Amino acid sequence: MNNKVPNNRAWLLVLPMLVLVAFSAIIPLMTVVNYSVQDVLGPNARFFTGTEWFESMLNDSALQAAFLRQISFSLIILAIQIPLGIGIALIMPKRGWQASAVLILITLPLLIPWNVVGSIWQIFTRGDIGLMGWGLRELGVDYNITRNAGDAWVTIVLMDVWHWTPLVAMLCYSGLRSIPEAYYQAARIDRASKWAVFRYIQLPKLTNVLVIAVLLRFMHSFMIYAEPFVLTGGGPGSATTFLSQSLTTMAVGQQDLGPSAAFSLIYFLVILLVSWVFYTTIMHMQKDKHPHGGA
Amino acid sequence: MSLHLQKIDHIVNGVAHISGIDLALEPGSFNVLLGRTLAGKTTLMRLMAGLEPPTQGKIILDGKDVTNVSVRKRNVSMVYQQFINYPSLTVYDNIASPLKLAKHPKSEIDKRVGEIAEMLHIEHLLNRYPEELSGGQQQRTAMGRALVKDADLILFDEPLVNLDYKLREELRDELRELFKARNCIAVYATTEPNEALALGGNTAVLHEGRLLQYGPTEQVYREPNGRFSAEMFSEPPINIVPGQLTDTEITFDQTLHFPCDDNLKRLEPGDYDFGVRASHLTLVPQRADDLALDVHVDVAEISGSETFLHVHHERFPLVLHLAGIHQFSVNEPLKVYFPTHQLYAFNKQGHTVHTPARQGGAAHG
Repeated sequence: MNNKVPNNRAWLLVLPMLVLVAFSAIIPLMTVVNYSVQDVLGPNARFFTGTEWFESMLNDSALQAAFLRQISFSLIILAIQIPLGIGIALIMPKRGWQASAVLILITLPLLIPWNVVGSIWQIFTRGDIGLMGWGLRELGVDYNITRNAGDAWVTIVLMDVWHWTPLVAMLCYSGLRSIPEAYYQAARIDRASKWAVFRYIQLPKLTNVLVIAVLLRFMHSFMIYAEPFVLTGGGPGSATTFLSQSLTTMAVGQQDLGPSAAFSLIYFLVILLVSWVFYTTIMHMQKDKHPHGGA
Repeated sequence: MSLHLQKIDHIVNGVAHISGIDLALEPGSFNVLLGRTLAGKTTLMRLMAGLEPPTQGKIILDGKDVTNVSVRKRNVSMVYQQFINYPSLTVYDNIASPLKLAKHPKSEIDKRVGEIAEMLHIEHLLNRYPEELSGGQQQRTAMGRALVKDADLILFDEPLVNLDYKLREELRDELRELFKARNCIAVYATTEPNEALALGGNTAVLHEGRLLQYGPTEQVYREPNGRFSAEMFSEPPINIVPGQLTDTEITFDQTLHFPCDDNLKRLEPGDYDFGVRASHLTLVPQRADDLALDVHVDVAEISGSETFLHVHHERFPLVLHLAGIHQFSVNEPLKVYFPTHQLYAFNKQGHTVHTPARQGGAAHG
């Protein structure tokens, strides 16, 4: 049956893209791989180390702590932002000028550069001139993010929720808008409760955008750098030092190219792995529910 | 269960969607709402269901004023143009959902869902999810949800529009059967005159938010009470040709004279719009007194196994509805036979003043 004429012109057409991807991704990545298996002492002095850097990185207790911190941070913000985003999307006005106004208001935090977000919150939480810091102090709360690890954590989570919940809300809002009005009418005719409408119409119809929202928010939060760096500088102590900050310190601050290259690869693989596991689990869950195939 | 709409007006943002509708639906009746897009069919159904209250007027259900009673407190069901089912529930759970909400015992739910599924021929699909079904099966599921509870009023808002031709005919026939044994009022909205004829029952002709005519479907078809009603209830639309009537003859286009039959003689002489159904125009003479017209072909539109032939006379266009598939070339000269005994006459206010005498059920199509 295989009577296709071999035609290699397709390769020619793919080639420009391939070259582009090579320069933008493959070559830099390979450079990192190259560093990760060598000890670079100087421009002309390098030794092959094999997997030594990987082993030492995996056994580094400071990095393990940062990793745990990172995972907790991602889980906490997902647990807050996803339900909150859905909730906001549900109460957003559906039409008219109010809808546009709310959309613009809600989008504003997304438009602010990351390090500016950090600066805004740094000032906001200052005890002497920041509205929040000053206000809490006036209320008698002993709030200080440079001294108290708990305060620092709460503030960083709060900042991330403020910055990124709008993304989840917007995704959900667009998902909700795509549900035909007739579904709601049918539910009213069925005398379905508000909860039933949410559980059996809105939530199932939101599944796809929620998968995207969770993936985006997980990857984003797992790579968070600029905001906590500006706000707390990783402190107090190393209480809010996340993985990307540890990496920067190692690679740029201490010029430990080999270890930081190995660390980057592990970091990259973890994100890839978690995203893949999450995605396939969700897809399997949907398939199990619909054993006859279908979308 | 009877439903009475009294002087209903519905105005949204200053635009009248429904004006002055008076309509009484009998218990156990099957009613078709016929009208083009934006005629107000869906709005009227929403008002009947209680999804929104009318701006003015009263809705009386079984002698009780339910004008401001919300849909949640009424016993209605509705089937939509889109296939509306709960996406995360199986066919069984979808059909069972109204019964579950009404807290019926499990055994009864099982029995009723089984019965309905069998009636709708989806008993083998009960464990599937809506998105795994074909359009026809999804709509059957939605109908199952509507039929499973003994609603007082069942509304169908163009339920077959999104289905293919064959399925439509099938479901339409079954639908009539399903309602024979029921005592609820069924209301079915459609844009297609042929669908109204196939469904039978009663037909209400709507146009721009007004009720033009209501009565038994066949009667409304044969005796439209006005020009609009006749135009709405014919596909292709009835041909309207202006003409003058004198004591002895009718003149079309100032040049075509022909003697009028006895029935038309009863009318006052003057200007009228005369209507002739597309299916009554022929390419071969049917009777000696048929008027022969010289026309030119504009376009031949083939619809199924029928041909809609658009032609024009010097001043007015005509449409012929021919059985079978025919080929014509543009501008081809033809002779069309115009049956003078089949004429409708409408006065200049658009009211019917003359309908052709019935001859052994000949006129249909």
